[in-house]
Amino acid sequence: MKVTDKGTRPIRTEQDIVLARQACRKLAQDCGLRLVAQTKLVTAVSELARNTLVYGGGGDLDWEMLEDGVRRGIRIVFSDEGPGIPDLQLAMTEGWTSGGGLGLGLTGAKRLVNEFDLETAPGKGTRISITQWT
Amino acid sequence: MERIPILRMGDFLLVTVQVEMHDQLALNLQEDLADRISATAARGVLIDISALEIVDSFIGRMIANISGLSKIMDAQTVLVGMQPAVAITLVELGLNLPGVATALNVDRGMQLLRHSVQQQ
Ligand SMILES: Nc1ncnc2c1ncn2[C@@H]1O[C@H](COP(=O)(O)OP(=O)(O)OP(=O)(O)O)[C@@H](O)[C@H]1O
Ligand SMILES: [Mg+2]
Repeated sequence: MKVTDKGTRPIRTEQDIVLARQACRKLAQDCGLRLVAQTKLVTAVSELARNTLVYGGGGDLDWEMLEDGVRRGIRIVFSDEGPGIPDLQLAMTEGWTSGGGLGLGLTGAKRLVNEFDLETAPGKGTRISITQWT
Repeated sequence: MERIPILRMGDFLLVTVQVEMHDQLALNLQEDLADRISATAARGVLIDISALEIVDSFIGRMIANISGLSKIMDAQTVLVGMQPAVAITLVELGLNLPGVATALNVDRGMQLLRHSVQQQ
């Protein structure tokens, strides 16, 4: 697998979420993802960027364009140094929220992309990686 | 302050969501809508989301809130113009909007509202 391009963006304000969505839409188009796959990826980005801001206290979005044989993909990693997720199983339960949300972001985002990987440690932060392939 | 316009169409109100939603905008919209429903005695609210390229749980919650608010003010909500890719994504996200009627476009949405207002 080859990384053909990469970049990073801050997730520190509400406006950054909007910009992250727009940037990821553009990347998804450049990558050659079909419209539905683009829409799913951008929706997942919106959910995870908002979680990074609201629960993680802000963080970064790092993206990579991938090439693996004939397929192309995008990997997007959200990382923050917030409180972490104390009970991951609970957080990954559909409908569970610690705030006033719908509790759909994490479980929904996982279903919307091809690969989903979450690492978290209490007091250290949270890192979520998602990948969408053509 | 940035606001989403609310248009009056007979007995109904039309909200066209065109810009990227954020928290403050969503809150303003709820307040404005409550005022307008009460001022015009509107029986229905059409929310046109044809310009939205994604609907996430945040916008979903806003739609659910508007629908709940309209209901207690005796108006019905119809969501119109959802793009096909958005619809497919919403199902997978797990966002079902209970109590929110949907229609393909504004015309169909108006028909639906007229029909249900007549039946009452
Ligand atoms: N980056 C993060 N840092 C700390 N806690 C998090 C983070 N992301 C998610 N969580 C925790 O996981 C819970 C579930 O997140 P999820 O996105 O599924 O739902 P939500 O944000 O509460 O609601 P919704 O996304 O539907 O508006 C959150 O309520 C929060 O407690
Ligand atoms: Mg969330």
